[in-house]
Amino acid sequence: MNFETESFRLKVGLAEMLKGGVIMDVVNAEQAVIAEKAGAAAVMALERVPADIRKEGGVARMSQIKIIRDIMSAVSIPVMAKVRIGHFTEARILEVLGVDYIDESEVLTPADEEHHVDKHDFKVPFVCGARNLGEALRRIAEGAAMIRTKGEAGSGNIVEAVRHIRTIVKEMKQLTVLGKEELVHEAKNLQAPLELVQYVAQHGKLPVPNFSAGGIATPADAALVMQLGAEAVFVGSGIFKSSDPEARAKAIVKAATYYRDPVKLLEASEELGEAMPGLEISKLPEGELLQTRGW
Amino acid sequence: MQPQVGVLALQGDFEAHARALARAGAKAREVRTKADLEAIDALIIPGGESTTMLKLLAAEDLLEPLRAFGQEKPIFGTCAGAILLASEVTHPRQDSLALMDLTIERNGYGRQIDSRIAHIDLQGRPAEAVFIRAPVIRRAGPQTNVLATYNGDPVLVEQGRHLAATFHPELTGDAEIHRYFLSKLESALD
Repeated sequence: MNFETESFRLKVGLAEMLKGGVIMDVVNAEQAVIAEKAGAAAVMALERVPADIRKEGGVARMSQIKIIRDIMSAVSIPVMAKVRIGHFTEARILEVLGVDYIDESEVLTPADEEHHVDKHDFKVPFVCGARNLGEALRRIAEGAAMIRTKGEAGSGNIVEAVRHIRTIVKEMKQLTVLGKEELVHEAKNLQAPLELVQYVAQHGKLPVPNFSAGGIATPADAALVMQLGAEAVFVGSGIFKSSDPEARAKAIVKAATYYRDPVKLLEASEELGEAMPGLEISKLPEGELLQTRGW
Repeated sequence: MQPQVGVLALQGDFEAHARALARAGAKAREVRTKADLEAIDALIIPGGESTTMLKLLAAEDLLEPLRAFGQEKPIFGTCAGAILLASEVTHPRQDSLALMDLTIERNGYGRQIDSRIAHIDLQGRPAEAVFIRAPVIRRAGPQTNVLATYNGDPVLVEQGRHLAATFHPELTGDAEIHRYFLSKLESALD
């Protein structure tokens, strides 16, 4: 796979610009303005935050176009939006609309249980979720220009995002010490293209930026996943489901910048109210897990 | 002592600049605090979101120290960094360091779908310019010197010790522009 095409370099280029930043879920223009004022590097437009999708159930689809348009005209930072896994027509609509990034997301109800979108075929860049290295590399092979952990969206529980980033980082480290013939075997185990496995073995990292999402609710959560190797964070329900969205948004932005500085993290964590309510993952029925969508 | 080059590491592609500096033969120091700023002789402000950087600069009381730094020492800004260096920012209007006499329009080419890689003339040599949601310099004041243009607009501009690019030289394998910035640091130290 060629990472040097102009189109792919531009897609990855925008992801590079988002590093060290916070991408915030917003459901309307007012929330988008609050996010931008708090220092969000981008916003993700969606109809309902994951916590509400989880609570209300039903089929979760791409947002109403009017909401996305309102958000795009309300802020000057990049605007992302979600499509259902495999729903390439929703993606075409968002591409024509001009959103800056598309998240092919397990948070929405999958449209295709076997195929993800062929993302090489689009000019607009895509981000996809992953729980492990094999999944990340399959998404990159399909053309994703940014990977994020899936975590468990809308749970307010960081444990799954930690599991996913630790797994991806560990699996990458393991590849760096293997011989050429062992990489062929690993490619089979990971169910990923050999050339991407070879890339990771050589560089010790993904060929695209590696962000974290799914369960981040506090400044400390953001700093934790960044110390574990995430290069930026997505915060879904964590901001607008808390008692103090504006202050919390600012605090998480600060934590993403000063993630290695405990004194700054203390400052960021002070004077915050209640975080969003959290869910224990082991108490969730398997059918309600969002992370198992996609493969 | 070896001159110290810093890269503002609040948000954005600061690691790509550190790699570009390494290609140009310099080591980069990440700058996030006033103490970091006091330890360096030149600064790069990377690409990223200028609004995010502005919020963090204000929250950490770094705006005035950065303006004072720029009165004495060289700063190189790319994309968001160029926006922060300009004296006037439009679309929308926002605060800046105002260290270069430029009027700059944010997202001047449009959205991500309008991002592009262009081939420009860099002082007689062909060079690649990666524009990502890039700003456009609408006015370059009389004290500035335009070093490269694209579609008739200035894209690489210097003013005294400072340098601004609306594209991302850090995202190409070439380190020519970083080397040029390092030469400004050397002449500033003379």
